[in-house]
Amino acid sequence: MTSTSVGASPGEGRGPGNTPGPGEAPGSGHHAHPDHSLTGFVLFLASESLVFLAFFAGYAVLKTGSLSWYPAGVEGLEWREPLRYTAVLLSSSGTIALAEHFLERGRLGLFRGFWLLTMAMGALFLAGQVLEWRGLAFGFTDGVFANLFYLLTGFHGLHVAAGIVLMGVMLVRSLTPSSGGGHRGLQAAGLFWHFVDVIWVVLFLLLYVWR
Amino acid sequence: MTLTLPPQAAPAPTLQPTGWLRYFSFSVDHKVIGLQYLVCGFLFYLVGGALAGAIRTELLTPISDFLPRETYNEMLTLHGTVMIFLWIVPVVNGAFGNYLIPFYVGARDMAFPRLNAVAFWLIPPAGLLLIGSYFIAGAGASQSGWTAYPPLSLTTPATGQVIWILSVLLLGGSSIFGGINFIATVLKMRRPGLGMMQLPMYCWAMLGTSILVVLSTPVLAGTLVLLSFDIIAHTGFFNPALGGNAVVYQHLFWFYSHPAVYIMVLPAFGLVSEILPVHARKPLFGYTTMVYSILAIVFLGLIVWAHHMFTSGTPPWMRLFFTIATSFIAVPTGIKFFNWLATLWGGKLNLNSAMLFSCAFIVNFVFGGITGVALAQVPFDIHVHDTYFVVGHFHYIVYGGTVFVIFSSVYHWYPKFTGRLLNEPLGQAHFWLTFVGFNLCFAPQHWLGLNGMPRRVAEYDPQFTWMNQLSSAGALLMAISTLPFLVNVVVSAFQGKVAGDNPWNALTPEWLTSSPPPVENWKGEAPLVTHPYGYGSAPDAIDLKATSGRDLWSSGRR
Repeated sequence: MTSTSVGASPGEGRGPGNTPGPGEAPGSGHHAHPDHSLTGFVLFLASESLVFLAFFAGYAVLKTGSLSWYPAGVEGLEWREPLRYTAVLLSSSGTIALAEHFLERGRLGLFRGFWLLTMAMGALFLAGQVLEWRGLAFGFTDGVFANLFYLLTGFHGLHVAAGIVLMGVMLVRSLTPSSGGGHRGLQAAGLFWHFVDVIWVVLFLLLYVWR
Repeated sequence: MTLTLPPQAAPAPTLQPTGWLRYFSFSVDHKVIGLQYLVCGFLFYLVGGALAGAIRTELLTPISDFLPRETYNEMLTLHGTVMIFLWIVPVVNGAFGNYLIPFYVGARDMAFPRLNAVAFWLIPPAGLLLIGSYFIAGAGASQSGWTAYPPLSLTTPATGQVIWILSVLLLGGSSIFGGINFIATVLKMRRPGLGMMQLPMYCWAMLGTSILVVLSTPVLAGTLVLLSFDIIAHTGFFNPALGGNAVVYQHLFWFYSHPAVYIMVLPAFGLVSEILPVHARKPLFGYTTMVYSILAIVFLGLIVWAHHMFTSGTPPWMRLFFTIATSFIAVPTGIKFFNWLATLWGGKLNLNSAMLFSCAFIVNFVFGGITGVALAQVPFDIHVHDTYFVVGHFHYIVYGGTVFVIFSSVYHWYPKFTGRLLNEPLGQAHFWLTFVGFNLCFAPQHWLGLNGMPRRVAEYDPQFTWMNQLSSAGALLMAISTLPFLVNVVVSAFQGKVAGDNPWNALTPEWLTSSPPPVENWKGEAPLVTHPYGYGSAPDAIDLKATSGRDLWSSGRR
């Protein structure tokens, strides 16, 4: 679901750059129009954030109305290790911004380096998530907190994974110079990554900090 | 009155591919997609209507004799889901939105044509999945109503419920893709020189609707994912036995499903705003207030959901807030209705089928609006909650409101779709049968509800028999009314009177091209229409230079 809007961006028959004129497609009588895929992607992110907002609201209401929140024998979540992975994920928002900065300067090597570093940090975060899941004393169906914990971290983890795949696609496309529209794809991937980070901050506060 | 159109070039070979097979293809032409939505939606309307017929037949007698109770539950669930998600939402948004919005903004297509085609092609499989679930041996369709409240939806047969969720998720995805497309098209695809406040009103209605779609549909999607986990994986989000909370589902569900009512009626408001000025030969009254009313309805529509939950243990402050917010919606809605009446006032009304359906919309919707304000009041709502009063109110809004507008729009734009006019006497027959049948069917339900007949139950107290039979007679008239319409749209496509490009002498941009329009909408540059409702204005009041040299503003008083 996450890649639909972006996937539509490269192939709309647009010329490179941002200056498509009317009637540019030769012969077919087709009048090209500017590519608005980034607008569409932002709208998609707005829509996506409402899914998370619904889950957050549900979490808050269920927690405030619950008598026994954590599963039996669990006092709360261990937060030090997750905090380290949180730091990794948050700083990856910085590395992706650096990558885009170097791209604007035309320094492709540095761009690719930081882009790859961002992907690696995302993967590290996911690995930390898996490790945490394996060490937990409760499973998916051990009460409403457990339900929500696995649902929220899992749904967010899916987004992180989708972001890594998206960045991978963009990296491959940066190696094939002739494909048009790549710039908007990069911007979309960057926006998506910041979005995933912001969601995680709220999630961390809800799941680990709020006792 | 006379209108002079610029001399049209002799019918040039059209760019449009002529094969009818394109309507079954993954076409990216917004006009093809619009008609795909329309015809597909109408087929589902026939299915939903047949289900309504089964419901009304069962309710002819107080006992459950026509259908087994479980089947009755499946019928009413399918009826609600099909009518809302497969007929009204796709048609009033997808069909007319896709057909008209690119014309109105002066574009050659939507912002994302392929996403558009994807959005449409999600609908037929979702609909077939939903209806097909009825035929699964031993499982059957969902029985928990279109609201699928837990714990009911957790205890009814799981297979049908999960298929229902899957189908609604697909339709929600389609709806979100469509909404993103409409927002981007209206905001980003406008022809150079065309300002937002010069757009035809339907653009504003679709912009407001699409904001609601994009912000509220994902909440429904997330909620249904949680519900499916509760059913399949036995989690306890909404299951009180496992520590969950069923009222949380209601909050999340109505956060989508109350805006869904505006997703169904705001586009209808927009379509009526296009139709009335053309057939009354007057400018749309109060354009600016119309725009702000739409935006106010969008905002208020997002903060009134809990008025569906006054009997769900809502705390007093919540009842107070949601009563006040809900009552406030009557203000912008009232502004729109007075604007339409002022548009009609002193106009040269052409009471054809399109106009009759639009005027009947005003009558029906005002009645549904009044009962809506009544329902917003807590003491009254508690009295009639889950009774036929709510059923009557709701159908006055979505059928008397939106479906009447859909029919009006078909009569109005059929010449644009096909180049031929619909048969007027058949249209009048369709109108009167629908209008009388609709009111006969749903007006008595208010009385039934006030006297305590619960909704969604196959059996009722014998004292309600006569009134229910009256209601069923109205439903029969509504079913019969479909016949002249079906004959009309099919026969007129081949034998109808040739309409010409602009049979109504309308000024909105979709009429300033051939009927049916060529593939990219205009042979040359898109016209710049800065006064889409300039009917009957004094000629010197309008800047003719700004209108691409069109002389369409003749008032007949010259």
